[in-house]
Amino acid sequence: MTALYDEIQQVAAQYPQRRSAVIPALRLAQEAHGGWLPPAAFREVADALELTPAYCQSVASFYDMFQLEPVGKHMIEVCTNISCALVGAQATLEAFESELGIRAGETTPDGEFTLRTIECLGGCGWGTVVSCDHRYRHYVKPEDASRVVEELRHAEH
Amino acid sequence: MPSTEFEKIVLAGADDHDLTRLSEYERVGGYQSLRKALGMERQAVLDELLAAGLRGRGGAGFPMGRKASFVPKPEQTTKPIYLTINADESEPGTFKDREIMQRVPHRLIEGALITAYTIGSNHVFIYIRGEYLSEFEIVRAALAEARDRGLVGANVLGSGWNCTIVLHRGAGAYICGEETALLESLEGKRGQPRSKPPFPALQGLYASPTLINNVETIATVPPIIEKGGAWYAQFGVPNSAGTRVFSLSGNVANGGNYELPMGISLRELIYDIGGGIPDGRKLKAIIPGGSSTPVLTADDIDTALDFDAIGAAGSMLGSGAIIAIDDRACMVQLALRVAQFYQHESCGKCTPCREGTRWMVNIIEKVETGHAQQGDLDLLLSVCDRILGKCLCPLGDAAAMPVASYVDRFREEFQAHIDQGCCPFGDSSSLDRILSPVQQHARLLRELAVIA
Repeated sequence: MTALYDEIQQVAAQYPQRRSAVIPALRLAQEAHGGWLPPAAFREVADALELTPAYCQSVASFYDMFQLEPVGKHMIEVCTNISCALVGAQATLEAFESELGIRAGETTPDGEFTLRTIECLGGCGWGTVVSCDHRYRHYVKPEDASRVVEELRHAEH
Repeated sequence: MPSTEFEKIVLAGADDHDLTRLSEYERVGGYQSLRKALGMERQAVLDELLAAGLRGRGGAGFPMGRKASFVPKPEQTTKPIYLTINADESEPGTFKDREIMQRVPHRLIEGALITAYTIGSNHVFIYIRGEYLSEFEIVRAALAEARDRGLVGANVLGSGWNCTIVLHRGAGAYICGEETALLESLEGKRGQPRSKPPFPALQGLYASPTLINNVETIATVPPIIEKGGAWYAQFGVPNSAGTRVFSLSGNVANGGNYELPMGISLRELIYDIGGGIPDGRKLKAIIPGGSSTPVLTADDIDTALDFDAIGAAGSMLGSGAIIAIDDRACMVQLALRVAQFYQHESCGKCTPCREGTRWMVNIIEKVETGHAQQGDLDLLLSVCDRILGKCLCPLGDAAAMPVASYVDRFREEFQAHIDQGCCPFGDSSSLDRILSPVQQHARLLRELAVIA
């Protein structure tokens, strides 16, 4: 059996019913498949939890953090909900678009970065909040975009 | 900071100590409340929570002790009893549970243990929103320390009582903050709310009795047990006992979380503590309890932040998230952005919410772009009315209430868009062109269709 299968079994043992482990299992599978869930990932999770691939896909499609298409090596998510919007989130988003040469929702041709808007991340008093590879940065201004991108480019990931 | 003149309860000690460490938390009396509770009758612990008048801090404000009293006693049920802690903080404007997990994770764990003991539960689940990765790691580390010290697991503190705590990460869905959707999600399903009754107290997680409480509510339990319900009830005002960790954001100089006694005024929070409105701008509107609550205007600035006073002003205290909005913001654009959020987060189960949020967005878009006709504002209000109270969970209401309030409180501004055939702000509104996730998805789909 694979390492992923064993990891999923460990997680599933925490719950009275194994199906509860489907979200953590999908997360593990997504990590193992380079940040997204190809058809093979659903088969692996289904096998490990004795569910069907279709069921696993139906769960994954409900949640924003599961990617059903390939994504870049680094994920930049700019909050554009109201608190961040009021303090300039759109300008910050546009600075990342121009720095990366793509629009929100797209991945750079070299596969390094995916940029997208995201609903409220929970850092409202310190906007604009930008989540970079799932780590929050606060007070991100347009002029910070190039530095953030450079840091991520050289980060271990 | 002016806020230090107020006694803190939930965040007490966190300014002077690194309370993420067990040794430091013990230095400020940590886990003594658990010892005390384990030496008390379950009913006596519950009586303290009832006496405290602690109301749920997630948004609905239901009395915590009463909710706990709905759970059957262990001798009344053959099923396991579960405690589930809602750490799926996602209401726009709200970021206080995140700070509580970051700074006082052990107070959350201690509160979870006391509450579990009180309802006769041996199993706690903490459902943390997926995006809160750092907070998950902090709570996980604190839990590991507590486990090593014999505070969690088998035979807690030698009492013979067992209690496990499992951290469960969500995966990005606002709706999972709704308690029955949270349970569905925790059972490994799409997070779609359940019909109530049965209420979770009788049939919750795995169809077993389940108590669900918010992070801040649970983190308030240890100080109440330490000093007594009557002590806690002295803080705040009648019917709104205690402190709240208010989240302040938007057009304000010092955004952040501030733990303050309930009953403090919006003016004190926004001006004295928050430093007022920056850039010499004028306050225009205030969202007092997260994005789902009806808007207040600058005239309401002296309203007290407690359940009754905010209710009397026509809104709700909700999650305690105050968003200040200055005079650069176009209220139609604000309405559009809020409606887009709820359209994005509607789970799709109930027709009025699934279809209604989309219609709200369509109509507001027409108003904003100058394509609306006379009568469209009444149409918008009619759509809101057809959502209100007609869905299984409050998400539809959470969209309809604020949007209807924007039209109600700022009708002239909406009307001006229709009369002038454009946005009177031109491109000068602070919310101009803001791109939401639903628009981003729609754009990608349109382009895919063109290519195909």
